[in-house]
Amino acid sequence: MEEPRIGVYVCHCGTNIAGTVDVEEVAKYAETLPHVVVARHYPYTCSDPGQELIKKDIKELGVNRVVVASCSPRLHEKTFQGVLREAGLNPYLFQMANIREQCSWLHEPGPELTEKAKRMVGAAVNRVSRHVPLEMRAVPIFPATLVVGGGIAGMQAALEIANSNHMVYIVEREPSIGGHMAQFDKTFPTLDCAACILTPRMTEVSRHPFIRILTYSEVVAISGYVGNFKIKIRRKPRYVDEGKCIGCLVCQEKCPWTALSEFNAGTSKRKAIYTPFPQAVPNIPVIDAEHCAYFLKEKCRACEKFCDANAINFEQSELIFELEVGNIIIATGFDTFDASSIPQYGYGRYPNVFTSMEFERLCSPTGPTEGHIILADGRQPESVAIVHCVGSRDKNYNEYCSRVCCMHALKYSHLIKEKTNAAIYQMYIDMRCFGKGYEEFYNRISNEGVNFIRGKVAKVTDEAIAEEEKGKLIVLVEDTLLGTMLRVPVDMVILCIALEPRKDANEVARLFHLGRSADGFFLERHPKLDPVATMSEGILIAGCCQGPKDIPDSVAQASAAAARALAMIARGKIEVPAITAAIDETECSGCRICNLLCPYDAIFFDDEAKVSRINQVMCQGCGVCAAACPSGAITHNYFTVEEITAEIEGVLA
Amino acid sequence: MAEFEPKIIAFCCNWCTYAAADIAGTSRIHYPANVRIVRVMCSGMVDPIYILKAFEMGADGVLIAGCHEADCHYLNGPLKCDAMFEKIKRVVNILGLEGERLRREMIAAAEAPVFAELIEEMVKQLKKLGPSPLREGVKV
Repeated sequence: MEEPRIGVYVCHCGTNIAGTVDVEEVAKYAETLPHVVVARHYPYTCSDPGQELIKKDIKELGVNRVVVASCSPRLHEKTFQGVLREAGLNPYLFQMANIREQCSWLHEPGPELTEKAKRMVGAAVNRVSRHVPLEMRAVPIFPATLVVGGGIAGMQAALEIANSNHMVYIVEREPSIGGHMAQFDKTFPTLDCAACILTPRMTEVSRHPFIRILTYSEVVAISGYVGNFKIKIRRKPRYVDEGKCIGCLVCQEKCPWTALSEFNAGTSKRKAIYTPFPQAVPNIPVIDAEHCAYFLKEKCRACEKFCDANAINFEQSELIFELEVGNIIIATGFDTFDASSIPQYGYGRYPNVFTSMEFERLCSPTGPTEGHIILADGRQPESVAIVHCVGSRDKNYNEYCSRVCCMHALKYSHLIKEKTNAAIYQMYIDMRCFGKGYEEFYNRISNEGVNFIRGKVAKVTDEAIAEEEKGKLIVLVEDTLLGTMLRVPVDMVILCIALEPRKDANEVARLFHLGRSADGFFLERHPKLDPVATMSEGILIAGCCQGPKDIPDSVAQASAAAARALAMIARGKIEVPAITAAIDETECSGCRICNLLCPYDAIFFDDEAKVSRINQVMCQGCGVCAAACPSGAITHNYFTVEEITAEIEGVLA
Repeated sequence: MAEFEPKIIAFCCNWCTYAAADIAGTSRIHYPANVRIVRVMCSGMVDPIYILKAFEMGADGVLIAGCHEADCHYLNGPLKCDAMFEKIKRVVNILGLEGERLRREMIAAAEAPVFAELIEEMVKQLKKLGPSPLREGVKV
């Protein structure tokens, strides 16, 4: 190996580093270290002129190893590795000393900061002198994509990709695709009917030659890595043969057993054999074994008797199968806040307190009342209170704003006015109408004779203290603009409930190696510049699983995720870091300890040679095998024993 | 005489604790300058040699910190780290070092304040213990 000629670049990062660390002294110190041929300090090393400086030294001074002392390698390691590559040097002949996040930003100014920075630079110099060139691996991208979740975001992403003639699989755990949007009546601010814009989309997805919909199915395991994921899918038994069923739904009509309809948010019953809603895709029913008489008591079989197509199959069992995909888009959506956890609002106790989801179904022509807005006793309400921020913007529940509630609350005002002419009270904290056409919608509804009361509702009660309150629900709220407590008697209360992470978000996060932000939604790689990627390469997120958003934002994010997947598919391959482990077969004793430890099954035993070998494409570079090998036969590239020992020696020198 | 300032070497996993240490910096959470972080890909890759080397070179305390078991980027690295730790702990005792000098913690990327508190606590504890008995040159 050629003699190391190290260049050290100490960054000021404006005053971020230079404000507390004496960068000149650090650079001077670096110059005294073995193999260092040049040490400079520069205001912004990551800037173009900063990068040029490094390139120039590589060319003119024959620098063949580079140390940059600046920010975290998590931020700019790739930037500087790119500089080395452009200057014709192997990108792994580089080491960063993190003197910003882990030094200058941490402590009160003082001489120990400069001392610490020196030690860190010393460690990096000592380490980089041991570095060896490594080759990046190019991994082919399998052109198919998995979309998890068949709501509006999932469908949008699937269509974008499938329209480029690349295969997409949509996995949806419910019996039909459509998601929450299928449950909505009208959409704000245009008031066009949700079904009218959604159902053609659903049909388009189901007829697309490059989309395969797997409903009533869940992902149970994933293995592999970007470009080459293997997905294990569990398909729950429908007990209806999809090949034979013609979707006549006679079975649903004849079935004598019922359960609460999930689609109607529990406001009506459905049968034990059912499709969740009339426009379901696929239009094939499922038998809910928990409520079916045959599964509970081994009798009935009415559906089977009436099915002319002989499609009912009680013997069907779950199916486990594997898919191969290159990219994964997670679009698992949201759950709604449980309104009964705020007992003072009376949800569950008073039949005329509804959640926003229930009210959507009440308004819908396919809902339990065929679109008539009526109270539990069948009367039309004469007054309605719409309570904002139920479970949102409340530190007791969720601190964040759910972003859609102000707008759907305004939409409800219009729908109630249109259908009943009831008096309407909006009880809000702030009106947040930020989207395109939203402020205009707010102005329009304001002019329709709606009462706006600014204040958070304290309580909903049926305890009347005045004649006009009798038989009504009384909403106790402070009008913060007038500074008075109000008692507002109404017939109906609608609680605008928060959008929350899915109940099983934790399991899904573990399955796909996703992070979660403090609010529980899935964590994007960068909150501003990379809102669709995650820390796991090849796994993207879209829609409400990343945070509450309305339909236009969900669709936009889904298209962005699709674009990212398509870019990878178009490139055909991706370069992945060369940080893998390798076995020196002459040292390997064949003990096979490493075979068992590898979390990716990347190590296999060659029976003939009696040694273990590592599949370089499957290896993810965790280095566990190298630490455990009793013969010291395994090298963890970029983290070799020599390199790390050199770093320890340097930092403690 | 100036107060004894212990030297701590922290082996931090790239995905969780190293990120937590970065976020501590970004959030300007102050903690003592005594810790020097060595980035590793996974807490499970920490070779016992590194721990012994750190003590040999005069570290007063060593910390191995990585993901919680459920967050591991490599599925189950923390389990492997725990297994290694149980063994090396005994070796460190045999060498005559107090148990408190070697710590194993799990700190997620979001737990920057936890990381800062831990360093604070370790420094306090090590100041009480005094310099490592191995500090003045150990011949292996």
